[in-house]
Amino acid sequence: MTTNETCGCALNPKTTAAGTRSPEEIAARPSCLRGKGVTKVFGMGGKQTVAVDHVDFDFHEGELVSIVGESGSGKTTLSKMLLGLLTPTDGEIYYQGQLRDISTATKKREYWHGIQAIFQDPFSSFNVFNKIDTVLLDCIRMTGGRHLPKEKKIELMTEACSFVNLKYAELTNKYPFELSGGQMQRLMIARVFLLKPKILLADEPTSMIDACSRATILDMLMHLRDETGMTIIFITHDIGLSYYISDQVYIMEHGKFVEHGTADEVILTPKAEYTRRLISDVPKIYEPWDLSTVKF
Amino acid sequence: MSKVMLDVRGLTTKYVTRFHEDVYAVDHVSLTIEEGKSLGIAGESGCGKSTLALSLMGYYFAPLHYISGDIIIDGKNISGLDPDAVRKSVLGTEIAYIPQAAMNALNPTRKILRFIEDVIRAHDPHAQAKDIAELARSRFAELGLPESVLDRYPVELSGGMKQRTVIAISTILKPKVLIADEPSSALDVTSQKMVIKMLRDLMDKGYIRSMIFITHELPLLYNVTDDIMVMYAGQIVERGSAKQMVFDPIHPYSRGLMRSIIVPEEGTREHKLTAIPGTPPNLKKPPQGCRFAERCKFAVPQCRVNALPMIEFDGNRAYRCGHSVQHLREVYRDDDQ
Repeated sequence: MTTNETCGCALNPKTTAAGTRSPEEIAARPSCLRGKGVTKVFGMGGKQTVAVDHVDFDFHEGELVSIVGESGSGKTTLSKMLLGLLTPTDGEIYYQGQLRDISTATKKREYWHGIQAIFQDPFSSFNVFNKIDTVLLDCIRMTGGRHLPKEKKIELMTEACSFVNLKYAELTNKYPFELSGGQMQRLMIARVFLLKPKILLADEPTSMIDACSRATILDMLMHLRDETGMTIIFITHDIGLSYYISDQVYIMEHGKFVEHGTADEVILTPKAEYTRRLISDVPKIYEPWDLSTVKF
Repeated sequence: MSKVMLDVRGLTTKYVTRFHEDVYAVDHVSLTIEEGKSLGIAGESGCGKSTLALSLMGYYFAPLHYISGDIIIDGKNISGLDPDAVRKSVLGTEIAYIPQAAMNALNPTRKILRFIEDVIRAHDPHAQAKDIAELARSRFAELGLPESVLDRYPVELSGGMKQRTVIAISTILKPKVLIADEPSSALDVTSQKMVIKMLRDLMDKGYIRSMIFITHELPLLYNVTDDIMVMYAGQIVERGSAKQMVFDPIHPYSRGLMRSIIVPEEGTREHKLTAIPGTPPNLKKPPQGCRFAERCKFAVPQCRVNALPMIEFDGNRAYRCGHSVQHLREVYRDDDQ
């Protein structure tokens, strides 16, 4: 890395954490992804594990939703079902008001044009043999830009990189592993910016990067939502992050949603005991952090 | 003043790359920890936190090399000892280290008790298996770990349980200094709280006599450690008590770090996070003057000229910046408005 490389967040100053939209305004928007009784059971016979247990959800267009829970609560299993990587054992998923149909490879590919993901580990998100140009060119091809002139392709890639505050000229001919974790995660967001899906599923995208880069990534996700009107599903175990970033929060325990509502409702006036415990587990600054409640 | 447990003076270590370039990842670091106290080290990725932790153990392997400085643990200088002597007489008893992915250090084919036998026998080859098992059982019981864990394989334990087991193993010989390098960052918040409670118990029960806690999670440091030290590009840029560092950071870099704190408390959504622009300098050729000047919005041309010393203020605090404390407080006040 060089000193003049820029990684800071030069975003629209109007993008605030809380956003400018009221909960009523968001609720009035059309549904983007809806689930009814979605269930996933692993194993057979007497050794069954219910990872996701009859969950209902409704994510609206342009909404930033968080799904929060501990390790093993079923967050990742649910996200894989939303992505179409796992088939639900029971229940229905509706995509843009229609029952989702991903029964054939073609239909699945079409569905993936509408939903993209950013995963936890930026180091394993890229093909190590592909240069960054190839990664971004693939996105342009996927959105029908295969026959665009070279200059236009470079212009699109430059625009995507500058959206995440990376310089395309410095990235060209580099491999993903030559970047830092935070830069790679921003490159993933640049991919999403090029693909412009209807839904972005971000599965713990900040858990492997430091607090400073985390602020940049969170701001970029909010900026992406505001600029493109994308629905973002943010999966995390850190309830503090979900409070900062989300319009709506779903709390997941043992495969079930125990509480959901606007970020202020869920975090400032939690109703479920589990939500209260999750909040008390996060170290605070203005309130004392009580360690006496820890049970081994 | 309590007894000084760890005294580090001007420690400098470097990495030598395969192209024979020197990278000074720890540059003239001095710190002191008293008995019963804990010190937090904060900083972004690549600032030298983990290299400092490795350097403090006095156990150097290529590409990490010792250059100069003293590491004095409870009056005993361990710098310059050969690796074999360090392993036999320092590691485990004087200083113990828990790396970030400590849970991956466990050999999956061995039961937990075998690891404890290894640690104890490295220092006392004639220790009896019966005594070791008894010690392990009583220690596990005191730390709230089920005794049955001793007869299990690592794969049978959850991530949080594995991490707590590793902490129990590494402190079995009651080290004077424990270095915990991001021990909870791979865990969820509930397991993280258990790990922190365990570290606190170790301190309260006297199984460790001082602790260095490294993390980039500032709310965690604020709640766990007595003092906080901020590192940037291999140097310490500020130190002070946890409360002073969180609520009144003086160095522009510390201020930037404190502004990235996110907690589930009222008001969090109203403040926009501010990331520090730019990336840390390349330590193969560190800048001549202030290392943070390239990224600092309060930098003046003079900042890029001379290397800066640590300047003490307010009794127990120190910072490394060309501006006076009063000037910085004033510019921060204007900046906030």
